[in-house]
Parts: sequence; C-alpha cells; structure tokens
Amino acid sequence: MSAPVLEIRNIHTFIGQFHILEGVNVSVPQGSITVMLGRNGAGKTTTLKSVMGLTPPSQGAILFEGKPIHGKRPYHIAQLGIGYVPEHRAIFKTLTVRENLELAERQAHDLEKRIDFIFNLFPAMRQFYHYPAGNLSGGQQQMLAIARVLVPENRLLLIDEPSEGLAPVIIEELMAAIQKLAETSTVLLVEQNFRMASRLADRYVILDDGQSRVEGVMPELIKDEQLIQRYLGVA
Amino acid sequence: MATTLGKNTPILVMIAIITGLLTFSFINSNGDFGDFGITVLSGLFQGMLLFLVASGLSIIFGLMDVLTLAHGAYFMIGAYVAYDVQHPGGVIDLTAAIPDPNLRFPVALIAAILVGAGLGVILERGLLRPLYSRPIFQLVMTFGVSLVMVEIVKAIWDTTIYSWQDRFGLQESFFELFGQQFSVYRLFVVGIGFVLIIGIALILRRTRIGIIIRAGVEDRQMVEALGINVQLVFTVVFTLGCAVAAFGGGIAAPFLGASNNLATDFLLQAVAVVVLGGMGSYEGTAAGSIMVGLAIAVAQKAAIGTAFTVLPSITPMLLLILILLLRPSGLFGSAHSS
Repeated sequence: MSAPVLEIRNIHTFIGQFHILEGVNVSVPQGSITVMLGRNGAGKTTTLKSVMGLTPPSQGAILFEGKPIHGKRPYHIAQLGIGYVPEHRAIFKTLTVRENLELAERQAHDLEKRIDFIFNLFPAMRQFYHYPAGNLSGGQQQMLAIARVLVPENRLLLIDEPSEGLAPVIIEELMAAIQKLAETSTVLLVEQNFRMASRLADRYVILDDGQSRVEGVMPELIKDEQLIQRYLGVA
Repeated sequence: MATTLGKNTPILVMIAIITGLLTFSFINSNGDFGDFGITVLSGLFQGMLLFLVASGLSIIFGLMDVLTLAHGAYFMIGAYVAYDVQHPGGVIDLTAAIPDPNLRFPVALIAAILVGAGLGVILERGLLRPLYSRPIFQLVMTFGVSLVMVEIVKAIWDTTIYSWQDRFGLQESFFELFGQQFSVYRLFVVGIGFVLIIGIALILRRTRIGIIIRAGVEDRQMVEALGINVQLVFTVVFTLGCAVAAFGGGIAAPFLGASNNLATDFLLQAVAVVVLGGMGSYEGTAAGSIMVGLAIAVAQKAAIGTAFTVLPSITPMLLLILILLLRPSGLFGSAHSS
C-alpha cells in the first residue's frame, strides 16, 4: 500500500459542549478513494470539518503528506492542497458560476488553465457558466461545488455526501466524475448511499458514535453482510 | 408577471417614495424651480454624506456580522482632522508649509482618510478580533470606543464647535439656475458621492476582493475553506470602511464644521439607512442614503416657519418605520438578512 496522504490519529472534537468525535483514526493512501461510512450523527461530517480546521480537534493529530496540519487555520490548510466539498454544497448563490470558480483560484489564471478540464468533466456547465449559481438545479449545484475544488491543483479532495438529494441519473454522472478525479487526486468521501460508495471506493472506514470502528478494503466489506448490517443498517 | 413584480418591488417602492418626496417638495416650493432645486441639491448633499458613513457600516455588517457603533466617531474624527490641517494654529499646522488653502484642502482630506484608516486598523485588530463570536460584546465595545474617541477629541480640541473659516475656491464658487445661487461645493460633494457609489459597486462586481466580499456575506466559513484568509479581508474592509467615514467627515467639515455631535447624529441616521435599505445590502444602502438625505432636506424646508422644528431630525426614523411596515426585511434585504 502506498504512503498515506492523510492520517487522522485519535482525534477528539467538541462542538460547543458536545463531544462529537471521541477517537477517530483514518488513513487515506495516495491515489485511493476512501469512503467514510456510518449512520447519521456518527461524526463523518465533523471529521472532514476537523481536517479542514473548521471544527478544530482538541486532541490527536492530523497529518497531510506527513506534516501536521491540526491547529492551522482553514485557509492555510486549503492552501496546502486540500479541496473541500461540503455537505449541502455551500455554493455562493448570489455569485455567477464563473465567479464561484474564480473565487477558488489560488494563483492568477488558475481557472483559465483548468477550465477545459472542468468543462470536459461537466459539459453542461458550459451552458450555465454565466448564470447566478442560485438558479441552478441541485445536481448542477453539486457539479459546481466539485468543480470549485478542481480550479487549484488540490492533491486531496474531501467530498461530503455528493449524492444527497439527487436523482439517480445525476448520481451516475457524479460517480463518473469522481472516478476521473481519482486519477490525479486522492479522495476521502463521505457517503450514505452504500451502493454508490461500494462502486466507487477502494477503501472504507466505518464511524459509529464518534469513533472509527473498522477500516479496510472495499471488496472485503461488500462480502461482510454482518458488518454492513451492524454498522450501516443496510441489508 | 408576479415574479417580475416581486423582484422589482424594492425599486418600485424606492421610486414611489422619491417621487412622493419630490412632488411634495415642488408643491411646498410653490412651483418655484430655483427653490425646489436647492432642496433637491441639499437632499442629495446630505444623502451622499450619509452614504459615506452608511456604506462602510453596511459592508462591515454584511461581511463580518459586526454592527460597529463607533462608525459615527470616525466621521467626527475626519471632520476634526480636516479642520485642524486646514486652519492655522491647530495640532498639525500646515499653513506655512502649504500657504494655498486650495492645495491644503486635499491634504486635509488625505490626512482625515489616513487617521480614519489607522484608527480602523487599531479597532479591528486590537479590540474587535477577540469578539467576533460575541455580538453583544461588540455592540458594547464599539459604543465604548465611540465614547472614548469623543473624549479624546475633547481633550485635544476642546468642546468648542468649530465653524469653517478658511475659505477655498471651490467653497466660494456658485452657479445660477432658475434665478437661484447654487453652491459648487455641494455639487462637488454630490459628484464625489455618486463616483463612490459607482466605484464601490464596480469593486464589488468586477474585482476579486469584491467577489470575496460578496461571497463572505453569504458564507464566510466556506470562503476560508477555499484558501482565502478571511481575517485579512476583514481588516482591509473594516479599515476602508473607517477611512471612507473619516473622508465623509472631512468633506462635510467646510459645511458642518467640527463638533462632538457629529458622532451621534451621523451614526443614528446611518443605522437608519442601513436598516431601511436592508441589512448588508449595498444597493439598499446607496438607495437608502439618497432617500433619507432627500427626506431630511424636504422636512427641513417644510418645517420652516412652522412649530414642527423637530421634523427634520425625526424624518429618518419615520421613513425607517414606513419602509419596515412595507417590507420588514428592509428595501433590498432578504428574509435571511433580517
């Protein structure tokens, strides 16, 4: 197995007085798609936010390419080469699609260099490039949220629930896009849709009650119905 | 059709109010275009001064969720600094170095801008930053800072109300229209105000910092997660907001002079403008400034020779109540912003 791009070591995170993460360990090997699974409230989103410094952990360590990033400000963590696609997309609705993408530039002409790649990945985006992002459908907004992290050359992508609330045909399109992204970046994905997760991911980690319980390679999980039933409630 | 009407409601309400004000003013002037023109110019002049305070207040609130009650004090400081630099015998006496009052005035304005910006950096970095997540503390602290600034001004310049003495060319020039003399300086201030309204709009629409500010108004955390140092943007925006308010004080000083009252007078009117325009909406603030300025001028004219001498000072609040009754989120505000 290749060296981990991201290592989360026994992190504990509080939101207000609530102890949300109570010991999460995740290792994300380079070039892989690792999916974080678990029921609602297991701590998956908080784990991604902790990596980004949005809900900084109070204990434990987070290493990106072997260097500690916990305690750094979110903008600094992003500048290291980590792209974040949050739950519910968080696109800027009053900005146009183009402005949303321009905002993600870290160096001048980033967008110019990457726009062909983005249009190849999401051809429909060409048509709504100058539209206000708030006018887009849910699927188009999700494409924009993913496209936004492709503007700078991020080496690790954190993608939270990309299939949430989307029609099956759009989910298929997104899956193809994420698979293509994994050719050049490492992906840590949070996904409730087990069917999508099992088709996409090489590796998995299961979170339960704010703790990481099991991790391994996806083909093994697919065979282990007992484990799936126990932690994910999927028959 | 209904959607188009809904989208255009703020503009229609604005046009209706401005038309109403202008019609009333014209009737009140007995159809005298000269008299009517003076009221309109006076209204635009007051509206532009209000815009210089309210624009910073609005953008700072929209981006940072900070309602700074010290903003009127920056306007006041700007007036004092410009007065001081322009006149002999002040703290900074430039009359010997720059004897021409026409040249000294732009220097006085630059000094006001620099002092406003410097004090803005100190307030944001030194005092506000630790209180970003505590809105009530921000209100109390910025109110306290305003009081401290007024006391410092009293310590330096005394409680004297300074009337502008050192006349310069622009201030002495007049032009005649419909048999009435119009001040070129007022026209100049109105022109500067419109240039700033358009300039700030262009910055917000066409530049990267503008895109960051507009995005930050929606979701600061996500802007930061894209790799942008939002705290640095806060400092820049806060500093520019304070500098523009101080510039407003400087540019108003030849008409209003320099006095402690400027701090509270302009703060209250600017808060009314920001709320009636829609909290955090730049378009609302620009439109609100013009409406409130015109309304004050019309009220000033209407109150002459009547017992309602208080009418001009309560007009901004009356207009605020009217607009909030029509649109509870303010003219251009969204339900979210309210």
